[in-house]
Amino acid sequence: MSNAPVYGVGAEFKSATDLYHAAEVVRDKGFKWWDTYSPYPIHGMENAMGTGKSWVSMFVLGGGMTGFTLGISLESLTSIPRPEFLKDIQSGWLLDLFYPLIVNGKPYWALPAFFPVMFELTILLSAFGAIIGMLICNILPRLNHPVFNWELFCKRASDDSFFLIIEAADPLYAEEETKKLLEELGGTQITVISK
Amino acid sequence: MAHGTTSVNANSPDYIAAAKQVERPPLVGGGHGFHWITEKICSIIECDTPRWWWIAFFITGAISLLVPLSLIYLVSTGIGTWGLNHPVGWAWDITNFVFWIGIGHAGTLISAILFLTRQKWRTSINRAAEAMTLFAVICAGIFPAFHVGRVWFAWFLAPVPQANAIWPNFRSPLLWDVFAVSTYFTVSVLFWYTGLIPDFATLRDREVKVWKKKLYHILSFGWRSSNRQWKHYEMAYLCLAGLSTPLVLSVHSIVSFDFATSIVPGWHTTIFPPYFVAGAIFGGFAMVLTVMLPFRKIFGLEDLITEKHIDNMCKIILLTGSIVGYAYLMELFIAWYSGNPYEKYAFWNRALGPYWWSYWGMMICNVLIPQLFWVNKFRKNVVAVWIIVWGPNIGMWYERFVIIVTSIHRDFLPSSWGMFKPALNDITLFVGTCGLFTWLFLVFIRFLPVIAIAEVKGVVPEADPHFHGKEDPKGGHHV
Repeated sequence: MSNAPVYGVGAEFKSATDLYHAAEVVRDKGFKWWDTYSPYPIHGMENAMGTGKSWVSMFVLGGGMTGFTLGISLESLTSIPRPEFLKDIQSGWLLDLFYPLIVNGKPYWALPAFFPVMFELTILLSAFGAIIGMLICNILPRLNHPVFNWELFCKRASDDSFFLIIEAADPLYAEEETKKLLEELGGTQITVISK
Repeated sequence: MAHGTTSVNANSPDYIAAAKQVERPPLVGGGHGFHWITEKICSIIECDTPRWWWIAFFITGAISLLVPLSLIYLVSTGIGTWGLNHPVGWAWDITNFVFWIGIGHAGTLISAILFLTRQKWRTSINRAAEAMTLFAVICAGIFPAFHVGRVWFAWFLAPVPQANAIWPNFRSPLLWDVFAVSTYFTVSVLFWYTGLIPDFATLRDREVKVWKKKLYHILSFGWRSSNRQWKHYEMAYLCLAGLSTPLVLSVHSIVSFDFATSIVPGWHTTIFPPYFVAGAIFGGFAMVLTVMLPFRKIFGLEDLITEKHIDNMCKIILLTGSIVGYAYLMELFIAWYSGNPYEKYAFWNRALGPYWWSYWGMMICNVLIPQLFWVNKFRKNVVAVWIIVWGPNIGMWYERFVIIVTSIHRDFLPSSWGMFKPALNDITLFVGTCGLFTWLFLVFIRFLPVIAIAEVKGVVPEADPHFHGKEDPKGGHHV
């Protein structure tokens, strides 16, 4: 086992407070490839770890703008007469796109009446943006991961325990020193995790 | 305060006693820790199927079979197997549609609006309430889909290029409804599933059967409970809550546009959107309590869904019920004040016409009965709460019946007046959807965690990284 490639070294902490303070120290030491694990999101952990803000919100904005554009163009194009510069197109699905009808005595381009569909499509695609953005940022789905090689972790990380794992990929990683650091921070069950 | 100009000794017994008095009751009772929460909620799924569950499963399953049976009869024979006819072309089907869709709104309110307003007590009820939303929307969708008459043409509602080149009418509230309800359902599913991801991971880590472990692993997308993941997860959750809030308000507003944009006296009112939204939340919370109180008792979840939770929900019912009562009175006032004889007649006819019993049933169930929640004793008594919430449950159905049927059964010309009587097929379909709703809920409580495990863990005192032991009178908030 000792010759197997090493993913990193991990330690168990007994409370959120301990993990939080350990994370602050690991952050200040300048580690880059490490992570903390807890059964629920710990408030303020992104500051203790120095990971910064999540930009999933940008995916939401992108989804929302796509939805809005889709909504307004779908409603407008199917309701207005064919514009002059497209008059020559005689084939393809553009033929069916423009279909001006007067309904309810409203103008062809009735923006107030178009509002609900625009709004709903904006929300719909924003919501998909949030989920897809979250999965992309987290690189999920990913079913196989070295942390699952640690039996204790598998049993308790989603139940009632707190873990900190420093990866071997980190430039500051040195097996013995990192183990010692985790021990000084109050970590127990310090384990070398194989890849 | 300890750092203010007046010196207060935070360790004096007087201070500690005073702090204890104003302390809020804990959201998880009994001082339980993380492992207890996991154990309690997962054991509901992992234990052997209780006998009562099988009995309830078969009874409600049999009732929900009425849905396909009624629909087969309806489609094969014709829409005339419902009691609809001129002038009452919208009757039980639209009543039931609005009734079910309204029930769903409480789930989204709990999951989204209470999240944005940081009401932490939502965590132990949001999973079940969101599930209720989905099942209610499924029941709701059946009615308009078959009300179109020739259901095999229902796809005309989708904006796809067709052979006859006609597009849906984007200026029509009925089409807005299609977009609103389908968006609502989709976003509710996404929101609900996002909440389930970490809980699937918890179930996976406890499971011993390999195939089940693999299934939960796939369902959780391989969730690792890492705080780098939690960061993105929380942002996605926050954004979904922010999106669902205007969405839920828009859905029932758009449902009310079906009525409000017409010229029918009794429907053509600007008060409808807020009045419908308040009514939806009112009826939805009543349904949340109706389904939640029994399973809280059966599974012994009193420490997770505490008296405080029930108390809060009763107060929301009281508030929204009073808003609904105000809207009823305002409608009557405007009918008189507008000086419009048709409007005046519509409301006179509602209260004193042939359907007077439904109007007064609605008034008693929605306006009077919930006022009992002013009394602390009723809010604290689980049995009393469960009985009282049947007021709004029944009253909100009556409300939609009153709005729809009484407004159109008297047309502008007395020669077009008529009455509506439900046919057997109306009744079987509605009863069938009630069975379907309960059946889906039973399946849910057997196979998925009824309480959001990860979220509840986040609201116990030890979850705070600044927590310094249970005896700390200042809580966890050092400066």
